[in-house]
Amino acid sequence: MAITVRIPTQLRQLTGGVGEISVEATTVGEALRGLEADHPGFNERLFDDNAALRRFVNVFLADEDVRFLEGLETPVTDGQVLSIVPAVAGG
Amino acid sequence: MPTVLGLRCRECNRQFPDEALHVCDFCFGPLEVAYDYDAIAQVVSRESIEAGPRSMWRYHDLLPISEASPVDLGAGFTPLVRAERLGAELGLSDLWIKDDTANPTGSFKDRVVSVALTKARQLGFKVAACASTGNLANSVAAHAARAGMASVVLIPSNLERAKVMMTAVYGGTLVAVDGTYDDVNRLCAELTSERPGWAFVNVNVRSYYAEGSKTLAFEIAEQLGWQAPDHVVVPIASGSQLTKVDKGFRELGLVGLLDSVPEVRISGAQAAGCSPVATAFASGSDAIAPVKPDTIAKSLAIGNPADGWYALDVIRRSGGACGSVTDGEVIEGIKLLARTEGIFAETAGGVTIATLAKLAHEGVIRPDERTVAIVSGHGLKTVEALSGHVGPDHTIAPTLDAFDTAVGFEGLLGA
Repeated sequence: MAITVRIPTQLRQLTGGVGEISVEATTVGEALRGLEADHPGFNERLFDDNAALRRFVNVFLADEDVRFLEGLETPVTDGQVLSIVPAVAGG
Repeated sequence: MPTVLGLRCRECNRQFPDEALHVCDFCFGPLEVAYDYDAIAQVVSRESIEAGPRSMWRYHDLLPISEASPVDLGAGFTPLVRAERLGAELGLSDLWIKDDTANPTGSFKDRVVSVALTKARQLGFKVAACASTGNLANSVAAHAARAGMASVVLIPSNLERAKVMMTAVYGGTLVAVDGTYDDVNRLCAELTSERPGWAFVNVNVRSYYAEGSKTLAFEIAEQLGWQAPDHVVVPIASGSQLTKVDKGFRELGLVGLLDSVPEVRISGAQAAGCSPVATAFASGSDAIAPVKPDTIAKSLAIGNPADGWYALDVIRRSGGACGSVTDGEVIEGIKLLARTEGIFAETAGGVTIATLAKLAHEGVIRPDERTVAIVSGHGLKTVEALSGHVGPDHTIAPTLDAFDTAVGFEGLLGA
C-alpha cells in the first residue's frame, strides 16, 4: 500500500523541508519505520529504546489517534494519510 | 540584565534559544523557559512587587518578557477570599478560594494569554491564533483586539453559546470545527507547520504562554502575607496550570521571596467524563491513556492532556491526590460555592469544588490544612449547564395575595 505521511516542522530538517512523504507499508509501524531508509534520523526521534513511540509523539491515521486504534499494529490501506503531530497544550 | 537563559526540553534537557519554539526537535518533548534565578534574586523583592501594578504584571521579573509594556487588559491579582461558610460545610477550618472569575474575560486564561501575546508581539508576529475549549478563545480574541493584532480562533462547534459570542464579539476570525477539542488541537498543531507566520498561543508560543499560570501561585503566597499554603486544589485540562502553580511556589523560594522552597501539596480535579490523569493516579500507573471526553465541563474536556505526565509527577511528589467527579456533582459544586460564598463558577469551578469536597470527605485534605481551591472561570460562560437545576421558585401574578400564597413569611430566615 502506498500511503502519505505528513511531517511536522520539527522533523522537516530530515526531509529536506518536505512536508509529505509517500511510503509503502501495511501497518502504521511499518510506515513510520519505513521513513528511516531514505531519511535517516526518524527512528531515534519517533521511538524510544523499547521501540515504542515516544510519549510526546502523536500519530493520527485518517485523523484518528492510533492509540484509539491498534497502535503501531493498525493496518493501513492504499491512499490513507498518516500524520505525525507533536502534543500541544491548551484549553 | 537578561534573566531568561533560553528554552530547555523537559524530556531530554537539550537547550534552545529564546524564540517561538515549543517542541524539542529531537524527542518532541515540551520546551520550558529556563531562568537565571540568582539574577532574578538580585532585582526582585517583596517591596518591588508590592510597588508594582495591581495585576499579574507586578511579577514581571518572574515572567519571560523583557519589554516594559505588556499586552494587558488587567489580568490577575484577583481576590483570594477566606471561605468560612464553605469551609464549615466541608469541615475545613482554613479554606480559601482564589477567585479567578474576576479576570477581564472571566477566566485564568487572561494570565497566560497576556504573556503569550506580549511575547508574540515582541517576536514580530502579527496574527494570534489558538485552539480552544472556550476560555482561551475569549481571551485570545480580546487581547488580540487590545494589541491591534489579527486573531484566528478555532473551537469545537458544540461549545457553550456564551463562549462563542464572547469570542466573536472582538472581531477576529472564529472557526468552529466539527469535532472534539482534541481534533481541533491536532488541526492547530498541523496548521502551525503550514502557517509559520502565526503565533498559536497554545502551540508555538506555548512555552511562554504556560508561564503565565505561575502568577496564580505568586498571588496566593503574597495575599497570604508571603506564606505558601499547605494544599492547593487545581483543575486539570492539559495539566499545564497545575504544573505551573507548583513551579511558581518553588520559584518564590528560589529567588528569596519566601524563606525557602515551600512544600505545597498539589491536588488535581477532573470530571469523570474526562479523567485520564485521575485514572492514572488511581491505578498507580505512569502511563496516561487518552480518552474521548464526555462531560459538561467542556473547558476541561481534553482527552489527551499534553502535560498530564508532569501534572501526575507533581501530584505524587507533593503528596497530593487527583480526584474526579460526575456531572451531577459538578452542578452541586457550582451551587454549593454560589450558596456559601457568593461566587458563581463555570463548570470547571464546579469540578474543583466538588473534588475539594470529595478529598476533604476522604480525609486527603486534613481539616486544619491551609487549603486554596482555584476557581478558574466565571459561571456566566456556562449557564446552560444549570438549566433545569436552578431557576425561579415561584412565578406569580403581581399581587400581595399571590406573593403571600407562594412565599409567605416563613421559611426564608429559618424562622
